[in-house]
Amino acid sequence: MASILVLVEHDQGNLRKVTAQMLTKARQLGEPVAVFVGDGLDSATEALGRYGAKTVYSATGEGWTNQLTLPVVDALEAAADRAEPAAVLVAATPGGKDAGVRLAARKGWGVLADVVDLDDNLVATQNVFGGATIVHSRVTAGTPVLTIKPNAFPVEESPAQPEVVDLGLTRQAGPADVRMTEHVVEERGGRPDVAEAEIVVSGGRGLQDPANFALVEALADALGAAVGASRAAVDAGWYPHQHQVGQTGKTVSPQLYVAVGISGAIQHRAGMQTSKTIVAVNKDGEAPIFSISDFGVVGDLFKVIPRLTEEVVKRKG
Amino acid sequence: MKILVTVKRVPDTAAEKRLDPADKTLDRESVETIMNPVDEYAVEEALRLKEAAGGEVIVLCMGPASALPTIRKALSMGPDSAVHVHDDALHGSDVLGTAKVLAAAIRKVEPDLVVSGSESTDARTSLVASAVAEYLGWPGLIGAKQLEVDGGTVRIHRETETGYDVLEATGPAVVSVVKGINEPRYPSFKGIMAAKSRPVTDYGLADLEIDPGQAGAAGATCEVVDFTPRPPRQAGQVVKDSGDGAAALELAEFLASNKFI
Repeated sequence: MASILVLVEHDQGNLRKVTAQMLTKARQLGEPVAVFVGDGLDSATEALGRYGAKTVYSATGEGWTNQLTLPVVDALEAAADRAEPAAVLVAATPGGKDAGVRLAARKGWGVLADVVDLDDNLVATQNVFGGATIVHSRVTAGTPVLTIKPNAFPVEESPAQPEVVDLGLTRQAGPADVRMTEHVVEERGGRPDVAEAEIVVSGGRGLQDPANFALVEALADALGAAVGASRAAVDAGWYPHQHQVGQTGKTVSPQLYVAVGISGAIQHRAGMQTSKTIVAVNKDGEAPIFSISDFGVVGDLFKVIPRLTEEVVKRKG
Repeated sequence: MKILVTVKRVPDTAAEKRLDPADKTLDRESVETIMNPVDEYAVEEALRLKEAAGGEVIVLCMGPASALPTIRKALSMGPDSAVHVHDDALHGSDVLGTAKVLAAAIRKVEPDLVVSGSESTDARTSLVASAVAEYLGWPGLIGAKQLEVDGGTVRIHRETETGYDVLEATGPAVVSVVKGINEPRYPSFKGIMAAKSRPVTDYGLADLEIDPGQAGAAGATCEVVDFTPRPPRQAGQVVKDSGDGAAALELAEFLASNKFI
């Protein structure tokens, strides 16, 4: 059976959810083989086994710590040369894409962005134009490099005892290397990233004032959600750019999307209309957001949202 | 310092985009088009670097002849000149094909720094800048929310889930910038007039020594099998709040029945 190479996304050996999602899918397509770069190999290996990885190719220790692009590409390339996989899966995250497309360019292999499904023949499904069009596409040159959208696939465990194979790579700094000089951690309230969260609560112009984002944040915290913002709110300076959802911001596809004071202009819908469930609170009953919502409340968000937050907290006990 | 900035002509943000059933590529002719929004930040960043350290800013655009207004728009912000790569054989270029052509044009210009927007609003792959860097054998600093050049060192701040990383590389380098890195200037009337006389160099594939069979649809490494419009979402239940926020309880019940709480 052909192998499917999966680039492990992790933080010091703690797997990110998308890694388990990719391994679960890889099991359906072939033999899952993981490529691990960085620190924390032992704890990662145990977790990778839980999701069925048969082999873990590793590049760890001095020179491999920061998972900056080129070392990851080098390790992926070395693993691909050994495993001769039927496909390479990387997460459609900034780091996964950066490494994946460089591997594709280096090898002359085709690459597909933001894959949300894969069939047994490696025909990929992609949502384009903000989800308005569903495209099926496939790679026609070399080994497909597929960047997989987080939360596209469910996670199922299937314990295996992976064989750990050190790729035995030594690396010398080259002219194209990137160096990390600082890793700055800021106080963010511990909320998940908007692009990968299972629940997103977004605020828009209806909030009227930047201080009122506190209502959105309180609801998000009650639900364990990420905070998003409409372009109107971001352009007005009410909330940081990295939270923007829409055509010129992030495209999200969470299990639940809560739109607070957002009218739902086409450019906003382009960033969230593939969400599994959409609920909206807006005072304008004619707002286009209601035409794509599974549940809508026409009302004053300043009355509705605090009561909703209170009720969520109460029910969660 | 010689700074090259890439720009792309894309459908207007509010336009309904569609694929042409004939060749399964984006229909760029039946919609209003604009300069890709994040490219304005890239142009602004390039101009700021020039204003701080001297040098020149060159716009690079790959796109059909009809992309010229996008190039003029970019020039109206202040760059010195432009390179326009157009060739009928480029139609249907994929990520790698686009990156290969951009890299070839960049080699001819020999800049010290390439600045790109983080993604285009049409294909939205965010892959091209990294691929260009790989073809050039240059470092790629992807997703900059801050950029500085200090002698031969190029330094960026890149957003992370928990804060930001400071990354640096030795130039020449490719940097992609995110929306919000700066406040792009509006073209002045003088700038718009001046843009009309700024030189635009035209390159075809022959100038870049790329075989047409390796470019565009002929050289593509992937293909669209088929496509369908997404079935429209059905509007669900809408309740009207009576003014005291009590509809929140119904909404909470909906969330609970769907196991979100």
